[in-house]
Order: sequence, then structure tokens, then C-alpha cells
Amino acid sequence: MDKNISFTLRVWRQRGPKEKGEFKQYYMEDIPGDTSFLEMLDILNEKLINRNEEPIVFDHDCREGICGMCSLYINGHPHGPATGATTCQIYMRRFQDGDTITVEPWRSAGFPVIRDLMVDRRAFDKIMAAGGYVSVNTGGVPDANAIPIPKKAADEAMDAAACIGCGACVAACKNGSAMLFVSAKVSQLALLPQGKVEAKRRVKAMLAKMDELGFGACTNTRACEAECPKCVSISNIARLNRQFIGAKLSD
Amino acid sequence: MWLFNSSVGKKLVMSITGLALILFLTFHMSMNCVALFSAEGYRFICEFLGANWYAIVGTIGLALLMVIHFVYALWLTLTNQKARGNQRYAVTARPKGVEFASRNMFVLGLIVVLGLTLHLFNFWAKMQLVELGGGVPGDGVDLIRFTFSKWYFVLLYLVWLGALWFHLTHGFWSAIQTIGWSNTKWFVRWKWIGYICVTLLILGFVGVLVSYFCYETFHWTFLSSLFGGLAQ
Repeated sequence: MDKNISFTLRVWRQRGPKEKGEFKQYYMEDIPGDTSFLEMLDILNEKLINRNEEPIVFDHDCREGICGMCSLYINGHPHGPATGATTCQIYMRRFQDGDTITVEPWRSAGFPVIRDLMVDRRAFDKIMAAGGYVSVNTGGVPDANAIPIPKKAADEAMDAAACIGCGACVAACKNGSAMLFVSAKVSQLALLPQGKVEAKRRVKAMLAKMDELGFGACTNTRACEAECPKCVSISNIARLNRQFIGAKLSD
Repeated sequence: MWLFNSSVGKKLVMSITGLALILFLTFHMSMNCVALFSAEGYRFICEFLGANWYAIVGTIGLALLMVIHFVYALWLTLTNQKARGNQRYAVTARPKGVEFASRNMFVLGLIVVLGLTLHLFNFWAKMQLVELGGGVPGDGVDLIRFTFSKWYFVLLYLVWLGALWFHLTHGFWSAIQTIGWSNTKWFVRWKWIGYICVTLLILGFVGVLVSYFCYETFHWTFLSSLFGGLAQ
């Protein structure tokens, strides 16, 4: 059994996108170590509601690390101190008794704060809508083995497809760049024969949309890769660059 | 035009101009090292370049590369700052695998530009510029001896070269990554190639600097017998 800990929580509170935000402190007492970070926030919210205060707004959904809804910038790290894990997969046993834990929303011009710790990540949907798909002609379902795909390409495409679109890469980037996300979404299709047909149009459209939405440019700092909960590699960014330059040169 | 209005296009301009400047530095370092072995040889190189048309064309080309690299750096840095938003994090941590240089490329670049200004004042203004004005250019070897006999110039040059080392170790693999010639395997290879080449490059510059400083200050003869070219 993990032992219980008590700690101070510094949480960013902001009533709306245009309102001025500030940190509020909450003292948490006797929290069991096997409480998840989000469950700990649930406990706090229950207390706040019982005290007739506004609960803290934060994004969450599946709570098993696959939906990409949870965010939270905890003690200087997107998704908290663990590597290869989302916020919902963090447990309080990672923290020490008497700690001060600072919780902030993703901060980037591309992700404006909606309220408290919840940010607007619809920019990612817009980038996907710009070309992150394969156009299909309806008809009979083709046989799965009709198109041979090398194992290496399938593996790499799968690694890129592990991206859950949570936005931790943008949150970690000192340039507020979405290159890791865009490169993963370009790569997961560009590596497969079905995606190659529209590869040039896709990479140009998605990158143009990324730039248009005000995300920054990549400086190869690699903070995104280090903080990505799905360990998506920056080799995808190299592929994105290669494909984009190639597509522009062949125009 | 995508080299002006797309993020990857702008980065491509940075990487191509950056790589071209690294190539120039390699030539520059090779020519400097001649001064270790033969003062006569170094004087010949100075005369061969001088203010001849090809040296003028080269200088203008270099100035253009510098200006483009600097203007794009400024432009990208400002737009990246804007993309970061107005509200900054209260707590930040440097994640594992993130180099110091990669976070400070602009500041390192500024130090490099300041060092370059001093360098142009020390050498170029007394050689090519004088020749362009119709005068007799200063002797290359004498200028090296004079400049590096002063400890403060040596110190400033060492700081300059240190900043350049940091700037280039990140800049090299970063440029290749931006062009897209990288993957998980080549990323490690490029990084090693970059570290080794840039370290040799900077050591070449430092070697000339330190050798001449030791010769002028302490009259260390073992260096001159080793190289045979100091101060003839």
C-alpha cells in the first residue's frame, strides 16, 4: 500500500478566454498514493462544490491514456513528470509529502484558454480537416492482403499513428509549433500505399493550415519528442520537411 | 512564394545559408592553419585573395549569406515568440535530450555577430578594405602577431569561438533535419558527424590563436619548432 501524502496545489484559475487569470492555492490532505492525478482533482472539486465554490474546469475523457483529452502542465512538464504517459496515467505516489504542485493549462497562441485548465484545441481538427485523411471511393471492401505493405513501413506508420492529438508537443515547444503533431499525421498516411496517392496535396495543405492558424516554426529543440506521451519521434518531422520540400519543388 | 510564407520554407533558407557558412568557415580555418606551418605560405594566401575580383565576389556573397541568415533568424524568432502567446508558464523544466544550444540559438548568433564585428575591425578593415581604397594592405602575419599578443583580444576571440561551437553543433544536424535528410538512424550519425567536424573546425581556429599568443607572450619555442611557421 502506498502511504498517504499531503501537499499544496497551485492551480491556474481563469473564468474565460478574455478574463485575467491567476494562481489559487489549495491544501490537499491525506491523499492516498494510488489516487490518479485526475481523481485527486475530482476530490478537490467535490470539496469545492460542497463549499459552494466553482469547481476547477479541466479536460478528461477515457482516463486510460488513449483519447488525448487530458492535458495539464504539471510542474513544468506537459502531462506531468512521467515519460510516455498522459496526465490521467499519473499517480500521486510520484509526488512527495509537503510538495507544492503547480498546475497550468497548455499555453500557446494556437490553444487559447477556454476556462481554468481547459484550452481550445480545435486548431488540430482544422489541420486534420485540411488533408489528414485518405479520400475513398465507396464500393466493395477490398481484401486486406490485396496491397502488400512491408513490415518496416507498417511499423513506422503505426508508431506515427500512436499520436493521440493531445497537444503536449505544442505545449512543450518554446515556439508553440505543432510540427510533431502535423508530421505524425502526415507520416501515418505517407508511409502506406493508400496514402501515397494524395501525399503531396496532403502535406502542403496541412502545413499551410498549421502556419495559417498561428503555430510557430520548428527549431529542432526536441522538447516535443521528450514530452510526447506516445513517444512520437522527430524523425517524423524530417519526413514532413522532406515531403513538403519535395512537393514544392515538383510543383 | 513558399520560401517566404511557409514555416518549412523559411527554415530551409536558414539551413541552406547556415550550411554554406559552415563550408566557408572550413575554408577559412584551413587557410588560417597555414600560418602555423609557413608564414610565407600565409602571406601568399593573403596576396592571392587580397582585393582581386574573385575575393570581392566571395566577400559580397558571404555578406549576403550573413544578412539573409540573420534577417530570417530575426523574422522566425519574432513569429515564434508570437506563436508562444502572451501568457508564459510559471514553472518550466528542461526535458531530457534538449540541448542548451538549441534553446539559445538566437543569443548565440548575436554573440557570433558581435565577435565578427571585432574580427572585421581587427583584420578585414586593415587588409581588403585598405586595398579597396587604393592603399597598401597590412601584412597578414604581422596582424596575427599583433592581435594575438593582446590577452584581451585572445579572450574575446575564445568567447566568440565558444559561442560559435555551441551554435554550430546544434546548427549542423538541425540544418540537415530541416532539409529532411534524416531518420532515426541518421539522426544519431549526423549528430556525431556534426560534433566531430565542428570541434575540429573550432580547434583549428583556437590552435592558431593559442599558438601565436604563447609565442608572443611566453616566447615558447617548442611551438615554433613543432610547426616551424610562427613569426618568420
